[in-house]
Amino acid sequence: MGQRFIEKSYEETHTPNIVTAVLADYRGFDTMFETVVVFIAGLACFFIVRIRKDECIPDTYYYRHKTTGIVVHKKQLCALPLRGSAFEQVDADWAPQDVVITTICRLLIPFIQIFGLYVLAHGHYSPGGGFQAGVLIAATFILLAISHDLRTLVTRLKESTTHLVSATGVLLYFGIGVSMLLTGHHFLDYNGLAGLLGMSLSSGHSLGILLVEVGVALTVAASLITIFKLLSSKGTVTEGL
Amino acid sequence: MLDIFAQFTAKYNYWAYIVIMMVGLFAMIAKRNLIKKMIGLSIFQTSIMLFYVAIGAKKGATIPILLSGTDPHHIDATMYVNPLPHVLMLTAIVVGVATLGVALALILRIYEKHGTLEEDEIISQIRSS
Repeated sequence: MGQRFIEKSYEETHTPNIVTAVLADYRGFDTMFETVVVFIAGLACFFIVRIRKDECIPDTYYYRHKTTGIVVHKKQLCALPLRGSAFEQVDADWAPQDVVITTICRLLIPFIQIFGLYVLAHGHYSPGGGFQAGVLIAATFILLAISHDLRTLVTRLKESTTHLVSATGVLLYFGIGVSMLLTGHHFLDYNGLAGLLGMSLSSGHSLGILLVEVGVALTVAASLITIFKLLSSKGTVTEGL
Repeated sequence: MLDIFAQFTAKYNYWAYIVIMMVGLFAMIAKRNLIKKMIGLSIFQTSIMLFYVAIGAKKGATIPILLSGTDPHHIDATMYVNPLPHVLMLTAIVVGVATLGVALALILRIYEKHGTLEEDEIISQIRSS
């Protein structure tokens, strides 16, 4: 099997990276359902752990006045709605954040994200692909959450956004497959993409594999961020690591 | 006799994978703490990934990405390692992480309900109620 893939995959898929060729082309159907597994895992975590937003959990909550920096706390009460007030909620073990850690992470995160996109875009020419890129991008958001706090992450990347992105990835993968069916080719046969967009067979193939990998990366990144947010905050998605 | 011994030690890396696998299996069976069981599961998975990647290895071969300037009609299969195990393990790693997340979510719920992670204590709590 291995010998056949090595010798024939470039002729058949026009992709130098044999691993990506096998992953996205020969085993495209399998990879699609792997993506669905990751998507469902994120969804399952959400339904198992997430607590309703309006549910009252009596606990001691800490609030900081935004302009003066004075921290007050309320004992054995529900969390207060804070939309538009002069206070912001802070973690129970809140301390002024370490300048070194926050600055270094702030500088590092964009570079790691660009590297993630590079790994994604070069998935069929060099080592890389959707799964790896998704994990890298998720890691940057997790880094943001642990270097600042979880609330910073949630204000920048809303929960609904990650769910939408996660579903978009799966739909993109399915959509490529179904659009190939509609053009009269087999499911996930990227030759159809070349005819559809009027390009050469090899670039059509590359584009098909790239789009599929983008779908995988979106789902993996969003699902991993969701799982991290839920597990680190016991389902409240406000206070955690 | 020496022949058999040589055969058993020639591929010593496989023995290492078996040892790692047994460590994981032991943790899954013998430990009562649910988190420790999950750690055992992860160790077990890791050993299988190592095993698969080792199967695909060839002496003197490079990663399964065609070198630039290769004639696509005359590709020497001995120059590249087998890509198939890499593909299988690539997806297995990410799916493993995702399913581990679900397992930890379930454990979190169990801990909130029973206040303990020890399996025997949870079972006795369920029986007594």
